[in-house]
Amino acid sequence: MIPPYLLQEMAQLTGEHVVLVLVSMAIAVAAGFPLGVLLTRRAALRTPLLGFANVMQTIPSLALFGFLIPIPFIGGIGKRTAIVALVLYALLPILRNTLAGILGVDSAVRESAIAMGMTGRQLLWQVELPLAAPTILAGVRIATVTTIGTATIAAAIGGGGLGVFIFRGIASVDTTQILAGAIPAALLALLSDGGFSWIERRVSVS
Amino acid sequence: MSVTLEFRDVCYCIGGNLVLDNLNLRIVEGCTLVLLGRSGSGKTTALKMLNGLLFPSGGQVLVDDRATTDWDLIQLRRSIGYVIQEVGLFPHFTIGENVALVPRLKGWPPDRIAARVSELLDQVGLEPAQFLDRYPRQLSGGQRQRVGVARALAAEPKLLLFDEPFGALDPVTRVELQDQFLALRDRLRKTSIFVTHDVREALRLGTEIALLHRGRLEVLATPAEFVKSSGPEARAFLSTL
Ligand SMILES: Nc1ncnc2c1ncn2[C@@H]1O[C@H](COP(=O)(O)OP(=O)(O)OP(=O)(O)O)[C@@H](O)[C@H]1O
Ligand SMILES: [Mg+2]
Repeated sequence: MIPPYLLQEMAQLTGEHVVLVLVSMAIAVAAGFPLGVLLTRRAALRTPLLGFANVMQTIPSLALFGFLIPIPFIGGIGKRTAIVALVLYALLPILRNTLAGILGVDSAVRESAIAMGMTGRQLLWQVELPLAAPTILAGVRIATVTTIGTATIAAAIGGGGLGVFIFRGIASVDTTQILAGAIPAALLALLSDGGFSWIERRVSVS
Repeated sequence: MSVTLEFRDVCYCIGGNLVLDNLNLRIVEGCTLVLLGRSGSGKTTALKMLNGLLFPSGGQVLVDDRATTDWDLIQLRRSIGYVIQEVGLFPHFTIGENVALVPRLKGWPPDRIAARVSELLDQVGLEPAQFLDRYPRQLSGGQRQRVGVARALAAEPKLLLFDEPFGALDPVTRVELQDQFLALRDRLRKTSIFVTHDVREALRLGTEIALLHRGRLEVLATPAEFVKSSGPEARAFLSTL
């Protein structure tokens, strides 16, 4: 069973981990979703923006955290740098799925909305976004689950969270410590995945 | 508004194709112009120019003597009842919400909208109690087409643009809806443009028939004159009777 001396720290680090993920996801959605909508209107921006998000995804996470440390303002040691990196990772699935969801709306539906005299805004909020919602949500779901995993690496640059256990466990060859970090992280991922699948089922009734 | 529509030297080019070639047409208030032509002859393209979904590459399209490029397009479109060829009902709206769309955009009070929606569903032969709360995917193709017609009529537009609205209907329902269309036209004197590739339907509904062939206007005639036309394309159509 879990040694009692670990319990309190587990609770604290899980809390830190959740905050790290929530803050990163909030920023990633706040940036990625409007950018994704913008990309549906400005085809010329698609290649550069998606390219940027794609490149971010291909950088190994440990390396990205490392790269950010020397950068002024957004870098350094600590939570802020960790959040910047996590946001950069979460951006692509949100951006891509927002774009794909809206572009995937049946062109006859879009055309009839325009022909009925809907304004651009009405088309977006009453037709495109409701129909794209399942796809957009799937993007947020993938981003969240990945971020929960990637956030364990934040500990390497002093970002805290469940990664603290894992890095300490690796350094001291202590499996209990590694598991104390890995198991709650896995449970968090499963929990959020389940939560999202429940929301998705509610959203896609029609 | 007293609706007159006019195509003035309209050309439309896309992807190196001349889809409409110097089209000249005038439609006066209360008339029904049928656009007849085979697949790809440019009927849908011509129709989309009347509510500003497309603009001519050359020439002008005028609604009420004003070029579509000078109209407030939102206003223009809300005053036109349009049935698009693919129907295009909103899959996430119920049948009731679909039909209510334009009245709602125009800010009608809810009880007026509700009454109007029921009246229209009745008119197109869909029992409101049974269909109001269904979603489009729960309807047959022909039923969806009828909802499309109801949606176009909802806000009492002066001008109707129908793009093969009865294509997916069985012959009996088709004639029923044609009758309703004629009654509606005679009662409300609505100006309409009706696209079809069925000569029988064209002869029945049109006060005038415009035959398009490869983007050119081949024949413009009343139904009585049209049956006597001697051009090859007109003969080809008449031979299907
Ligand atoms: N976006 C486009 N790009 C290239 N060609 C197009 C485009 N839209 C239409 N066309 C061409 O224009 C021609 C006329 O098309 P249109 O849709 O007006 O035909 P239609 O008379 O309505 O045919 P149908 O009876 O099959 O609906 C066709 O040959 C079509 O291939
Ligand atoms: Mg067509």
